[in-house]
Amino acid sequence: MKIIIIGNSATAVGAVESIRLYDQSAEILVITKESSLIYSRPMLSHYLAGQIDQTRVAYRDPDFYCRFDVQVITDDAVTEIDLAARTVTAESGMTQSYDKLLISTGGVPIVPPMPGVDAEGVYTFTELSDADGILDRVQREKPVQNAVVVGGGMIGIKAVDALQQRGVSVTMLELAPRILSAAFDQTASDMVSDILRRSGVTVLTNDTVAKIHTVDGAIGEVTLRSGETIPCDLLVFGIGVRPNSVLAKSAGLEVNRGVVVDSFMRSSDPYVYAAGDVAEAYDLVVDMNRTVAIWPNAYRQGAIAGAHMVGVERPDEGGIAMNTIEADGVAAMAIGDANMEDSGQADLQFLSELDERAHRYRRLVIRDGRLVGAILVGDVNRAGIYTGLIRSKVPVNDCCKTLLSPHFGLLSLPEHYRKHVVTGEGIEI
Amino acid sequence: MALSYYTPEFIVERDESRCIQCQVCVRQCANDVHYYVDDEDTVQADGRHCVGCHRCVTLCPTHALNIRQNTLEFRPHANWTSSALRNIFKQAETGGMLLTGMGCDQPYRIYWDHMVLNASQVTNPSIDPLREPMELKTFIGAKPDRLEFVEGEDGPELVTEIAPQLELDLPIMFSAMSYGSISYNACESLARAATAAGTFYNTGEGGLHPNLYQYGANTIAQVASGRFGVHLDYLNAAAALEIKVGQGAKPGIGGHLPGEKVTLDISQTRMIPEGSDAISPAPHHDIYSIEDLRQLIYALKEATRYTKPVGVKVAAVNNIAPIASGIVRAGADFVAIDGIRGGTGAAPTTIRNNVGIPIELALAAVDQRLRDEGIRQHASLIVAGSVRSSSDALKAVCMGADAVYVATSALVAMGCHLCQHCYTGKCNWGIATQDPYLTKRLNPNIGARRLANLLRAWSLEIKEMMGGMGVNSIESVRGNRDHLRGVGLNQVELEALGIRAAGR
Amino acid sequence: MKRIVIHEEYCIGCRLCEVHCLVQHSESRDIIKAYKVERQSGGGLMPRLLFEESGPISFALQCRQCEEPSCLEACISGAMHRDPKTGAIICDESRCVGCWMCIMVCPAGAIQQSQTLHKIASKCDLCYGAEMPACVANCPNEALTYEEV
Repeated sequence: MKIIIIGNSATAVGAVESIRLYDQSAEILVITKESSLIYSRPMLSHYLAGQIDQTRVAYRDPDFYCRFDVQVITDDAVTEIDLAARTVTAESGMTQSYDKLLISTGGVPIVPPMPGVDAEGVYTFTELSDADGILDRVQREKPVQNAVVVGGGMIGIKAVDALQQRGVSVTMLELAPRILSAAFDQTASDMVSDILRRSGVTVLTNDTVAKIHTVDGAIGEVTLRSGETIPCDLLVFGIGVRPNSVLAKSAGLEVNRGVVVDSFMRSSDPYVYAAGDVAEAYDLVVDMNRTVAIWPNAYRQGAIAGAHMVGVERPDEGGIAMNTIEADGVAAMAIGDANMEDSGQADLQFLSELDERAHRYRRLVIRDGRLVGAILVGDVNRAGIYTGLIRSKVPVNDCCKTLLSPHFGLLSLPEHYRKHVVTGEGIEI
Repeated sequence: MALSYYTPEFIVERDESRCIQCQVCVRQCANDVHYYVDDEDTVQADGRHCVGCHRCVTLCPTHALNIRQNTLEFRPHANWTSSALRNIFKQAETGGMLLTGMGCDQPYRIYWDHMVLNASQVTNPSIDPLREPMELKTFIGAKPDRLEFVEGEDGPELVTEIAPQLELDLPIMFSAMSYGSISYNACESLARAATAAGTFYNTGEGGLHPNLYQYGANTIAQVASGRFGVHLDYLNAAAALEIKVGQGAKPGIGGHLPGEKVTLDISQTRMIPEGSDAISPAPHHDIYSIEDLRQLIYALKEATRYTKPVGVKVAAVNNIAPIASGIVRAGADFVAIDGIRGGTGAAPTTIRNNVGIPIELALAAVDQRLRDEGIRQHASLIVAGSVRSSSDALKAVCMGADAVYVATSALVAMGCHLCQHCYTGKCNWGIATQDPYLTKRLNPNIGARRLANLLRAWSLEIKEMMGGMGVNSIESVRGNRDHLRGVGLNQVELEALGIRAAGR
Repeated sequence: MKRIVIHEEYCIGCRLCEVHCLVQHSESRDIIKAYKVERQSGGGLMPRLLFEESGPISFALQCRQCEEPSCLEACISGAMHRDPKTGAIICDESRCVGCWMCIMVCPAGAIQQSQTLHKIASKCDLCYGAEMPACVANCPNEALTYEEV
């Protein structure tokens, strides 16, 4: 059997490791538009910050593909998929046939259409080349005076934090009334904003870039929606990504925002799979399919797709939106559906504990007696237990009082659940 | 509140160069002797409440601790010893009886330590127990006066009906310790070890926990004066029954388990209300004469359809010989005699230390009297009351015992350090307690293993000693007092024990 | 593969497991040196297991070595990997960047933030290379056993 994987990131790695767990004979070919270096996208902020160098930005060792007996074609983007003929065609004109295909083309950064986005000094923040470009600019002879990051979400915060650590003065623009509005609630957003402001970042909400002004092709100023014009010699768009689904769409697969897949990551064509940032898979918290572009989902979905390709069924119970950021050394996590306001909804219960001086905040959202979301700022100890509760959908009504206690742990939870986690005993949920 | 004259019995010594402030001692001491001083990051100890159980010493990962007796010295006085003084201090303060646990700790003569065993030299050669089979098998139960056979097709056939017997792989059993005086985990350890070693353990007066019925084939169920937990299933679950008239640690008085210790589990096993005191009266209130005892013995035999041996346990007292004779004539299949050194979970100190006689003398008297009356074979003789080693056990068999009961030795095997504070219910080793924090400390897997190890070690030693005597079956030494000689005993003692002096 | 089995009914709450885990992961492997010298010097020496206690119930929790480890999926640096020899899930501390994704997904909450100068995730590694994990070997009441599960 011949398997082709389009893309060279987490999903591809997940698929390869999964396939080889069960099958040593299938032929695997990875076609990527980037180089052969398998790097970690989330680590780009650590790379930009200077916490790691080029060697450590790799997600797997250089001999990974060789060890797993995988062929790789680099620097060649796939441009067309022929579902009927079961072939793919790349930019170079090369055509390859497949028995099974995995589309893991990831996401493309969202850039608002406006003149000047191609100017020197304007970057997105999704690929290694972006990070290298920003680093070059930051480390050149004439230091960057005014950096502007558009986007107060996960990507934006990571870019801001990285630039902060490089000693660059940053202004962050967020269109919504508060930063991190997609994942964090008002309290958590405010806490992170305060931390950023105290560390010297200018945080502007209800605002974004309206116009880019260039001088000799390089960025010099930006005009904000609010009307103000500020100097800017480095502009980073960290608004977010949308699924890179144009390839799938033009091939005729069912595409919503992302490629629609079933619990085995199969697309509308039985020989084609999609996984990672490009796919729209089941989210068990919101109980519907949607694209959740995070690293763990990408790896896991790749593994599920890979397994299914070689005949092993590992159904996807569903993904959970979750992410973790750090602002000036203070960690913050958002898991599941936790940012809605408390307006007395009948089926929702909110538990929270805030210690402003200690920068410690936890908020839990319970729907119909089951945990659906958690936010942690400052103290992220044992956060995964909440994730486990969300995933397993164990009723938590009886232990509400203990969920936020200072010694929160497995002993705070129903006995049968604790025994299940500790000993692996099956439980009826 | 007036000043207490009571000074600490023990001093806790900590080697500061080895203490790593891990606080294991703080967590493990049920008497709150050790405590952590936060702002100094040190662990310190207040020896006032130390009972000398050595839990902290044993668990300390750097062996930084030691427990010493507080050598507070009075002016030397041969009569007024420090313990005599301290007892009066205590009683003057409390106005109550002094309580204690475990067996008599006073310096009465230990006759086992004044008896030595024979060995073969030149004639009747020694046997190597590693090369020859050695029989330690013992049967407990009434033996017939004579055996009658008839000629059958394939040879002689036995006609005589043999009374029910207990078959032991070695002449050592675990003595009675009730669930209530010891923890469930301790009971389970005894049950499992007895089963593994091919011997028996005794439920004591606390009844039998439902989870232990599975070991019934190795269980002797006790029927004591409180009749706790006694119902038909209980009687039928066990392999033998024992009517407890008394025990060596507290002859003549009954038992008392305070209500705080009667947990739900214990209340269900004993068939009494939760939280109520469990009082065993001194006499069985339906046994006021030897005829009454016979009636109960046969009631139990009827109830169990004459399928199990029914015995009687008494404390060793002044006229133990005629008492034992009466018990045998009353129909008991075995008589268990518990000497002054016998242990207990709680007893008044004055009774424990002053009432009763040593088991060695009791054994000699009873065995001789039964032989004189020609009824020795009608019941097996089991002795208890500080059998501390395999040599004590073997000497007891040579004196005439069919088997010995051990309890203190079993507890020590499980971790007991004889601090004698069982009655507080704060046993740091998880044995004499019902406190759920403490009972966890005795893992039955480990407890059963250690007990089985002890029995195995002793059986190897007994075989070794027997082999040295040129004997390969325990039957050959049973009641054979010629294998014993006395050392350092006076003429009266030698006569009482029925043995000759060494050299004679 | 062999895993650590937790028997909470035998845990006596002494926390000797924590002591020996720390010593096993120290440089000197000497209990007195590890506590009196190494731990004080800010080396961030800490046990890899978590002790939980509530009333009389207690147990030592360490990585459950899941068949489908969430931490390995979530790890952005590839530090979390399955050791080919032992089958254990190990965090390669030279690759970890302390992003805390693993802490966010571990259902047992068995991963901790290390107290070293460098941010790394700290978790049980089955005492890599040892015949028996230190916590199992030193539990005084056999509340932890090492079994093929």
